[in-house]
Order: sequence, then structure tokens, then C-alpha cells
Amino acid sequence: MRAFSYVRAGSPAEAVSQYRPGAAYLGGGTNLVDLMRLGVAAPDHIVDVTRATSDTITEGGDGELRVGAGVRNSDLANHPAVRERYPMLARAVLTGASGQIRNMATVGGNLLQRTRCPYFQDVTMACNKRTPGSGCQAAEPGAETGNMAILGHSPSCVATHPSDMAVALTALGARVLVAGPDGERRVEMPGLHRLPEGRPDLDTVLDPGELITAIELPSPPPGRSTYRKVRERASFAFALVSLAAALDIGGDGQVRDCRLALGGVAHAPWRAHAAERAVLGLPASRETFTGAADEELRAARPLPGTEYKVTLARNLIVSVLEELSR
Amino acid sequence: MTRVEGPEKVTGAAKYAFEYPVPDAVYGCPVLAAVSSGRLRSFDTADALAMPGVLAVLGGVTTRPFGTENFELALFTSDEITYRGQLVGLAVADTLENARAAAASVRVGYEPAPHDAVLRADHPGLYRPEKINPALPTDTGYGDVAAGLAAAAARVDVTYTTPVQHNNPMEPHAAIAAWDEAGALTVWDSTQGPSADRDTIAATLGLPPEQVRVISPHVGGGFGSKGTTRPHAILAALAARETGRPVKVALTRQQMFMLTGHRTPTIQRLELGATADGRLTAVAHDVIEHTALRTEFAEQTAACTRMMYGTPAMRTTHRLVRLNVPAPSWMRAPGETPGMYALESAMDELAAALGMDPVELRVRNDPDAEPDSGLPFSSRNLVACLRQGADRFGWHAGGGRDPRPGVRKRGRWLAGTGVAASTYPARRRPSTATADALDGGFVVRIAAADIGTGARTALGRIAASVLDVAPARVRVELGDSALPAAPLAGGSMGTASWGSAVAVACEALLKDGSHGRADTADDVAQDSGFARHSFGAQFAEVLVDPLTGEVRVPRLLGVFAAGRIIDPQLARSQFIGGMTMGLGMALMEATAVDAAAGCFVGLDLAQYHVATCADVQDIEAFWIDEQDAHLWPGDGKGIGEIGITGTAAAIGNAVYHATGHRVRDLPITPAKLLHPG
Amino acid sequence: MLVMENTEVSQVTVIVNGERRAVEVDNRTSVLDLLRERLGLTGSKKGCDHGQCGACTVLIDGRRANSCLALAVAHDGADIKTVEGLADGTGLHPLQEAFVRHDAFQCGYCTPGQLCSAAGMLAEAGPSAVTEDLTADPLLTPGEIHERMSGNLCRCGAYVNIVKAIMTVAAPGGGPA
Repeated sequence: MRAFSYVRAGSPAEAVSQYRPGAAYLGGGTNLVDLMRLGVAAPDHIVDVTRATSDTITEGGDGELRVGAGVRNSDLANHPAVRERYPMLARAVLTGASGQIRNMATVGGNLLQRTRCPYFQDVTMACNKRTPGSGCQAAEPGAETGNMAILGHSPSCVATHPSDMAVALTALGARVLVAGPDGERRVEMPGLHRLPEGRPDLDTVLDPGELITAIELPSPPPGRSTYRKVRERASFAFALVSLAAALDIGGDGQVRDCRLALGGVAHAPWRAHAAERAVLGLPASRETFTGAADEELRAARPLPGTEYKVTLARNLIVSVLEELSR
Repeated sequence: MTRVEGPEKVTGAAKYAFEYPVPDAVYGCPVLAAVSSGRLRSFDTADALAMPGVLAVLGGVTTRPFGTENFELALFTSDEITYRGQLVGLAVADTLENARAAAASVRVGYEPAPHDAVLRADHPGLYRPEKINPALPTDTGYGDVAAGLAAAAARVDVTYTTPVQHNNPMEPHAAIAAWDEAGALTVWDSTQGPSADRDTIAATLGLPPEQVRVISPHVGGGFGSKGTTRPHAILAALAARETGRPVKVALTRQQMFMLTGHRTPTIQRLELGATADGRLTAVAHDVIEHTALRTEFAEQTAACTRMMYGTPAMRTTHRLVRLNVPAPSWMRAPGETPGMYALESAMDELAAALGMDPVELRVRNDPDAEPDSGLPFSSRNLVACLRQGADRFGWHAGGGRDPRPGVRKRGRWLAGTGVAASTYPARRRPSTATADALDGGFVVRIAAADIGTGARTALGRIAASVLDVAPARVRVELGDSALPAAPLAGGSMGTASWGSAVAVACEALLKDGSHGRADTADDVAQDSGFARHSFGAQFAEVLVDPLTGEVRVPRLLGVFAAGRIIDPQLARSQFIGGMTMGLGMALMEATAVDAAAGCFVGLDLAQYHVATCADVQDIEAFWIDEQDAHLWPGDGKGIGEIGITGTAAAIGNAVYHATGHRVRDLPITPAKLLHPG
Repeated sequence: MLVMENTEVSQVTVIVNGERRAVEVDNRTSVLDLLRERLGLTGSKKGCDHGQCGACTVLIDGRRANSCLALAVAHDGADIKTVEGLADGTGLHPLQEAFVRHDAFQCGYCTPGQLCSAAGMLAEAGPSAVTEDLTADPLLTPGEIHERMSGNLCRCGAYVNIVKAIMTVAAPGGGPA
């Protein structure tokens, strides 16, 4: 680990004023410290932002909820308003990591956690995300690609985003409040995270020095919602594929509203717009849901070893929507 | 009986290798090769030496002679890089943070060469080793296998594959080394055998054994990876000699994947033939495995087939290929673990082909003598294990087991059951021990190791039983090479080897009045004439979600016959622990091999999945009260490893029963169930 | 704003098992290494150093956390409880006693982390990933405990007994925690 100086900011303005090239914001440390110890991140100045932003959850107007970026994951999942009104979000957070990590990790940090691609994490392997232009070891024939992206990847990067919380926030259309050297702005999800295109080194649309201060949850989607995560063991593992889903059905049995977001399939949490459009106004049936899934996954380009994710994503969309329509 | 060191372990008082407060100690951090094959061309320590707190940087290529040809331990004597992660240096500094930063600043130059790290059945480099671990013949055979297969009413010809697996004990390998002014070396190490570790360290450094002492009273798991001396101990000793300070070296979890051994991947072809009423006519088990370029280790994967089932014709073979991989080594129940997975899965396929109950198939082929050698079994109760296990499990419940796969639904899940036999050899090695009367109690001394098996407690019970006193009056000292020499904790031989020596020492004390000593070498030399194995039957109930490929194991049951059980609570924990590791093996454990980079990838506990608490539901173990007049005083067969040997097949067979899909490549992951082939 | 003098070391004060400890730390030092290498408290274990095994679990300000990922400099003023502090001086904490009685460990290396995690977990109300009804605090069934303890790996496979031990402390007579 590179030696670094440390400051603790008391407000977003203080944090931003402390930022400079080579600095990093520290939340719970559950991702940054991990990356620093791997040598992937090497800041020489750490700005601790755990007390720079709110760590509380407050009611906004119009049934909205405002969550400070400093709220710990476990507190977010445990909050009565989240449990009652945003079960998709509570469940997503509860399936993430372990109890210990959920106690430490902040909402802001969770959004910004970096991929767990094995080649990204190994500084002796070529990785365009770490070092633009150095190549992508995962793209070599014979690489270990069992958990790579099936949607939206580019020749320069096939990694996936690991956050469960971000998938739920994507389905909910949460707004991320950001403070930076040039003032404040809001970024609506899924717009926070980028697809790799030619710049896999840029995970998000944030500029250097910008700090997430809070997220705003719009009033909950109508109907029933849930989060389902499929992984290789029963707990404490990243998703192979996950799905945040909300479904509202009218008295006539037709779909009135549907929100879908997939995790584990792309460089960013994947809002399944095509599938959402494809079910609207149609009967809530397996046939409808299957057609919607096919529509969404038409663009899937799985790497060798990742074909199963297409099947899994399709099956999740269909079975979870069926479950929500019972 | 509760473990005697229990209070120390639950209060954090028990010390492990890295934790001894050795004054003035400094820290060493290894430097590992970043290429998979080639030559070391340059080793530039200038930047590292200039960093804060750095005392020394060892490595590159030196001409320091070593008293060993062991490529893994004769450190820094060759410029040949044979696998990614091979040790090329060590940075020593006053703090852990400074040592790590220094290690990262060493500039190593390589001349890379083409690499090959992938095992293939048709690899042109396959060769026949002279023997297989531990000292068994490579190939065996009798009868006419081809004729037996041709004459069979039912035939199975299947290939099973298992991946690279890593032991991953919870405690990383670590050591503290300190030299005194007289040149004596003390190493606080994490080892499965202080005597052997001391001998190897001494030999490696060119010292007489009396000049080295290994201290290791508590070991945070080993599962085979701490059964041979690992390079961290040599690194610590070299660095301590170089700097004149005690040096602490702990491998990181990532480094463990490259420097502490692993289980070879296997490609196993099983051919079975049987008559219409289920009697085997031929069994062939051909194994392909890898080894390192400079170190040969041949896992005895088909050895179990030589002793499991009666057949008039049999063939077993082992072939290796040398690859750019670290040296494979022992991992819990070497040989039996991958071999029984394949054999017991193939037997299940044979049962299905015959339309015969898989328990009955095994009962029908239970041999009277060891098939390959003809030796009589000292005792063999596999059939009793199968019958009792089937009863307890409810195998025949509901009027008999419906063998049809893919027909049982439980909500969104498909349900199935499976059975497999387990086995492990029962051996013992010579050991010495002493027993002394002291202060109204007794002290037993032996350089055994308690790596979590409960050896300390079991040996105390054995001593107390011979001395006819309450166990609380006996103190056991172990984990120190200064104590009477003893063999490793390994091969499930610990309790039998040490227990018989402790018993003899206690008997000698009873005769003498205050002191007794034992050396069982002569006794052990007479252990012959019988095939000694423990057996078990394992049953699994699984649920499979056909839409996601998720597999859950609501029930695992094992019934074992392993001679006399010293302590029921400790034994149950060992059996269940082995079965838990078997569950991980079945469903999730694999280290990926990257063909392009020529190395293992995914080297941490987030990517190498071991079973978590949530993966485990109902696991239960029972045993049969087995008498064996041909074992040794104490009659125990060893139980540390048998639990893992039947679990993966039982689970795989259950997955087949649940889904109709036979996965022949471990681990059975959602990807494989969703995308067969 | 709290500025630690812009150097690479900092003065940090932590309360460990009720005792105030003031140390100068390299900013890179984790709470785990502070405990083990500086304060002589080797009960907390390093299993992976990356938050993937839970062996380093301690209670920080009353909540279970992976001390390997906690920078000491970022925890100035924190109240830390380790396995050495679980018992209140005389005898063993009920969890420690239960672990011994039910053989909830073998090699013992994951055990301190299991104990601190269990202690933290028992104080955590609220749902888990396996809870059906999110709106009510669930009963602490074995299934709930299995899930909640999944951040603590045990390679010896003592999970069955670990859950049994925790159950006896969570619900000594049976029933809700």
C-alpha cells in the first residue's frame, strides 16, 4: 500500500476542497481499502467522507425518501420506510456481502464500488480499466470469463458491476445528488454508471472530485416488488445474475406498470427498458413475460462460458414477474 | 468431552504462528514471479531498499547452497521461472506496511517463455510416473477387462473431471524465525508435523536437526497444505540470518494459492461392466493429472478402485503431465477424494443402467478380500453402513425409492436423493512418546500436532484410559519438535500413530512408577497382512431450481465404520467437517486455470468459494461400533478424511435423481445445470 | 474539518475492551493490525485481509465489522470490543461457553471472529436475506442464524455446531430472541 495523508471532512464543501489528483474519498472502506491493499488503488491522500454527508433517511415531499450518502447499508435495509415501501431495495441490500460489510459500507460507497473482475484486481494482468490501452486479459481466448458481461460490453472491457443496491436503485429511478467543484447536480439512475465503450477506466459519469451526497428515491412504483439474486453459493457471493422487479396489474389482468433492472449482466446496472415496454398493456402471463425477456435479451452477446447468463436472465424475468403477479 | 484447549481458543488466548511476542521481530513480505514461464533476468532492489524502514531485500539468484534439491525450498538458486507466483524475493522491514510497500517496489525483469498450464486428456506430454503418492504402484490390473466389458449386460463408459482445488485453511501459512548467538534456530511455524518440519528446515539450511526447534502448539487448519515444509518458513529463517533480527513472514491469502500446494485437476475415465443382476464383470479407472515442471506429485486417484468392489477384471492407471503450475500436493484425503467421486458416480450410472437400487448394487459387489491385492480386510462394514444409513435416511421410505429422475417437485424446486460410499485407508506410522507422573498428575509428551482434530484431547483420553485416571489429571504437551519425535497429522494416521505410542508410554509408566517411554517402530513394522480401511455410506437430499440451476442440500447423512471412536463429540465434528468440505467440493470449489495467461486466477476467498454457514443445513454423522482385532491397541482407524470422500458423489447422484441431468464435471454450478455441455 | 497534519502517520485514540489506548499509527495500518501487531491483542485473526472471511470480526461502536478493512486512522475515538473483551472479567461470555460445550470450533482460528460476529448479530434486529416478511422483526430461527453468520467462513466445517451454540444463547428456552 502506498503511504497516504488523511483528513476527515465535515461537509461536502470541505471534502471537495480537499480533493486533488491522487486523492480518494473514503466511505466505509470496504472497497477502497481492499483495492489499496491489492495495489489497484494508490491514493496518496485520503479524504474521509463518512461524516461529510448525512447519515440519515428522511421523508421528502410526495412520498419520496431521501437517503444520505453516509447511511450504512445495514441501516438502509433496516429502515422501516424502506422495508415497507421499497422492499425491492431492502432485499437487494440484504443479499449483498456479509453482515459485517453491510454495517461498514456507506450508500455512496456502494454505488461507486468497482468491478470484481479477476483481471482488474490483479495488477500483473493487462486491464484497460486500470491502465487505458494496456489490453484486456479477459478478452484473451482461454481466459476465465464465467462471470462476465452479456450486454453492453465492448472490446475494451467485459467486466460487470457488482452492486445489488445499485440494481434496485436503477429499477426505482433513484436520483443521485452530487456535489463538486462546479456546484451541485442530480444524476438519475441508471445514468450514473457508464457502459465501457472506449473508456472502461470511467466507471461513472462523475468528474474527479465530485462527491455523492445523497440519493432521492421517487415515490415507490405501484404494485408488488422484489429482488432476486442467483449466486453460486447460498450467501456471501456476488450475483451471477440478479433482478429487481416491480409489477402492477390492473383489475383486468393487464400490466399497468413494470420496472425491471438486471445485475451481473453489464458494466452498469441494466435497466430493462425494452422488456418494460413489451409488457405494458398486455395480460400478465408467462407468454407476455417470456416475450418481454426475449426482447430485452435479443442484444445479448455472451462470451464463451457466459451463455448460461442469457438463460438465467430470461428465466429470472419470467419467474419473478410470474411470482409478482400471483 | 470438550476440547481441553477450548477456553484458550474461545478467549483468543491460543496463539498461532504469527502471534508470538518475539522481541525485536521485523516483517518479511514475499515477492512473486509475475510471469508463468521463462527466466529471471533482473532483480533491482534499489527502490525497495530506499523505502522507509527497510532492512534487506533477499532474492534474485544467489549462489548460497541449500541442503535440498527441493525446487520449492531451495530458494533463489535458479533463474528458472516455472509457474506464475513462484518466489523470487523477500522484502524485510520494520513494519508490515513498510515491508509490503517495499515488496511491491522491487523491480523484477523476466525473459518470458511460452507457457502451458492446461491439463488435457490428449496432452502430448503425458507420461507414466514411477509410483504414485504415497508409494503405490502406478498401474495395476488383473483379469481381462476388455472381455469383461464385452460380456457385460450393462456397461458404463464415462469421464469425470474435477478442477484444481485449494486447501485454504483459515490460518494463512506463517512463521517467525529467530537465531540465537550460538546459531540455533527457533521457528514458530504453522505445521502439521513439528518433527518433520524441523528435519526439513534443518536439512534445507544445512544444519544438524538438533540445531533447529519448531514450535507449533496451535494450528489454524491445514488439510494437507501444512504437511510439508512451506517456503515461508525458509524465507523467515533466511531473512533472520541476513538481518540478525527475528523475522515474521505470513503469506497473504492470494500467495497461498501459489505457494502452499493444491489438489491436482483430474480427468478420470471409468468403464464399468456388470451382469444383468448387477455383478461387476470389469472395472477400469484411468486417471490423468498434472504436476509441476520441477516437482513430481502423483495423486493416487484410482487407488480406491483397487479396494472397493469385487470384480473379476480390473485396470487402474495414472498418467501425469508436467505443466507451468505450482507443485500439487496433499489436500484432504488425497486420492480418495477425486477418485471416489468418479467411481461412486459411475456406480450410480451403472445402477441406473441396470434399473437397480444403487445401495443394492454396492451390497452385491462387496468383496470378501481386497480385490487388487487379495489381502483379507482387517474389518469391513460398508454393507452395515449402507443398510443403517439407508434406514436412518429413509432411503426406502414410502414403499421403496422411486429411481425415476426429474419427477419430484417441491414448490419451485426439483427434489432428489443420492448415495455414495466413502473410504479411507487406515494406517499408522512409528512414533515416540513419554509419560511422566508429575505433581499428582501426569504429563504426556509427544511432538504431535493438533490442527483442529482434537488430538490433544483424544490423546489425553487415551492416556487417562490406560492410566485409569480421570482425563482432567492428564496434561498433553504437543506441537513442539523438542518433544519426543512423532509423525505428521495427516493421512488420518495421527490418532492411531500417536495414540498407540502414548498408550505404550503410559503402560511403561505404570510398570516403572514415574516415567515411561515408547517407540512403536518395531510394532508398526509388524502391521501387515491385512487391508486396513475405514468405510462409510453417505446419503444426500438435494433441491434443484430448474430455472436458475441453484442447488441446495437440505440433508446430508453419513454412517461410518472406523474402528473404535475415541471421543464421540470430536468424532462427530470431524465427520461433519469432512462432509461440509465435500459439499463445497460438489457445488462450488474450483480454482480457474487461465489458458492465455498460463496460471491460476481468482485467487481469493471471494472467488474460490468454500461453503458458508448458509450452504449448510442438516448434516448428521453416525458410526457403527466396529471391532477390529487386527488393527493395533486402540483400534482406531482415523476419521479426519473419510467424511469428504463420499459427499460429492452423493450430491451429484442426488442432482441426477432430481433433474435427470448428470453433471460429470465438478463443481456442479448453476452455469452447468443451465447450459449442459 | 479534522486534518491529521497532512503526514503519513497519525495520533489515534481508541478504546479497546474498555481501555483507552493512544498510539501513533502509520495511516495504512488497519484496526486488525493495530490490535495484533501494536496492542498485543492477537485474539482477532487475519484470514484474508480483504473482508472475505470474517476471521477479523470485532465490534466497532457496538456493531460487528471486519477490522481488516477498517483503517485505524479513520477510527479515532472508536469503541472496539475484541474476543478478549467479550467476557466481563470472570468466567466466559455465554457465547464462549456455548461454543465450548457444543464443540463449535475445531482449529479455533475462525472462532474469535465467529464469537464477535455472533455477539453483534444477536444485537441486530431487522430482516435478513432469508426473511419472508420484511415488515416484522423475524424470529431467530436456525435458518436466520445460518444466513446471518455467513460472513464468517469456517474451513473446518463447524457450522452445524456453531449454529447450535448460538441458538442456545439466542433462545435458551426456545422462542423468539
